[in-house]
Amino acid sequence: MNFKSTIGLEVHFELKTKSKIFSPSPVSYGAKPNTETNVIDWAMPGVLPMVNKDVYRLGIMVALATNAHVLPTTHFDRKNYFYPDNPKAYQITQFFQPLARDGYIEVEVNGKKKRIGIHEMHIEEDAGKNTHGTNGFSYVDLNRQGVPLLEVVSEPDMETPEEAYAYLEKLRKIVQFTGASDVKMEEGSMRVDTNISIRPAGQKELGTKVEMKNLNSFDHVRRSLAYEQKRQEQVLLSGGRIQVSTRRFDEATGKTVLERVKEGAADYRYFPEPDIAPDHISQEWIDEIAKTLPKSAYERYDDYVNKFGIKPYDANVLLQTKESSDFFDAAVAAGADPTLAANWMNTQVNGYLNDNRVELADVKLTPENLAKMIELIKDGTISSKIAKKVFAETIENGTDPKKYVEEKGMVQLSDLSVLEPMVKKVVDNNPQSVEDFKNGKDRAIGFLVGQIMKETRGKANPKVVNKLLNKELASR
Amino acid sequence: MEITEELIKHVAELSRLEFSDDEVETYTKQMDSIINMANELSEVDTEGVEETVQVVDRDTVFREDKPEHWQGQNRETLMENVPEKANGFIKVPVIIEKDDNE
Repeated sequence: MNFKSTIGLEVHFELKTKSKIFSPSPVSYGAKPNTETNVIDWAMPGVLPMVNKDVYRLGIMVALATNAHVLPTTHFDRKNYFYPDNPKAYQITQFFQPLARDGYIEVEVNGKKKRIGIHEMHIEEDAGKNTHGTNGFSYVDLNRQGVPLLEVVSEPDMETPEEAYAYLEKLRKIVQFTGASDVKMEEGSMRVDTNISIRPAGQKELGTKVEMKNLNSFDHVRRSLAYEQKRQEQVLLSGGRIQVSTRRFDEATGKTVLERVKEGAADYRYFPEPDIAPDHISQEWIDEIAKTLPKSAYERYDDYVNKFGIKPYDANVLLQTKESSDFFDAAVAAGADPTLAANWMNTQVNGYLNDNRVELADVKLTPENLAKMIELIKDGTISSKIAKKVFAETIENGTDPKKYVEEKGMVQLSDLSVLEPMVKKVVDNNPQSVEDFKNGKDRAIGFLVGQIMKETRGKANPKVVNKLLNKELASR
Repeated sequence: MEITEELIKHVAELSRLEFSDDEVETYTKQMDSIINMANELSEVDTEGVEETVQVVDRDTVFREDKPEHWQGQNRETLMENVPEKANGFIKVPVIIEKDDNE
């Protein structure tokens, strides 16, 4: 018997705001527990939530980037549940009138394009963080309480784990390049829940769905779905029944494990949040936000490869984060040669960041300084060897490359009146190399270049030296 | 709407409350009279009246995204009602099960 799988995904993104969704408490990571909270986060009697405008702005950006329709009127609702991470005993979310509906993104799997629908997306608040101890106690930190989330709910349009993977990759890239979220699964700024059901081919009604939560990488999403597909098939083939349940992925065994069977639908008793007035989202505001929407990774890729002539691999490396792509764009805007800038970004800059375990935002290198340094290399002022020293200085201390090179006397030696006699002398002193060169040994010229470099302490312009050497050797 | 003992028990469970049989009986009666008092509202003729969830005459009230540390009182005051704390955390009995999908 053949089976068909139906997969749907719910993805939560933490929206990148400075303050929380309903209270002005700062959103920050690594703060001492419960310090970034105020009376609203604690749900003290008499407090009122007030909506952070930027939460809507960022949410609308994602809606626009995923072809979704922003609802003209949205409203918040209360989802009631009792748990220690949630002092109000309800979560404020959008249930009846979400931010946006009916979006889609396009994915490509095995060369086949497919459109995956987005059912809806809504904004809501995160809960506090529970850490379970081994001594029968849990420890609650409410710093995360009220951090804004955008939940993106797909249509059950995916039929294979590969399609789910492709959808996640694409969605992550889209959201990342709006700048609305950090989209880091390892830090919890992107979280994925999946659901999957299977049914015999030809059957119309969908099968019973099984949910999987807290998957911590795209790879786990793919593997857990693949395992679940097989497991459900075996259950059905042996005459069994799939239970409505939640399972989790066990990394060690690559299997999914039953967490809990759901008896009846969850009872959250949603009702409209009386403390927050409805929000009317004007078309003018949406248009204004649309104007500020940064270029997508796909548009940037097109620019890099087709306009700048950067190799596809290098373009993809630049596009791994919005930060690096923005930095590169700014360097090019400041006059840097795109190919050289891409090379420097992907080798020296990334190398430095990896070695020091820091991010672009943490170092003193500016796009302008990178552009200046590349200009110095391009016009022959400094050699690429000297450039490495200049680079180290400018990324460590933010020093202006031009000033640094002038002050340190690092300017490359291209002066023919100095180099010509030097080349003559080196060739005179190394008759064996002349012989070798005549016999077609290319290495000979490298040796001679090395001699000149030694003489000039690395300052000689290698291009000029090569040219002079070739001329000199040919004349003998 | 008829308020049954089953319904009271269900709501109690959702709210993580434990009631004795006597309490269930009392609350069932009380809840029934409260709900049925509110039922009187359904006798109002609402034919042709648009549905609303809101009676205040304002909408779209936003706050700028400006972070503020809690100035009112210090953290110790916020933590004052916490029965048990440990290293700045709120200490609670472990509850792994969560009937919620965040």
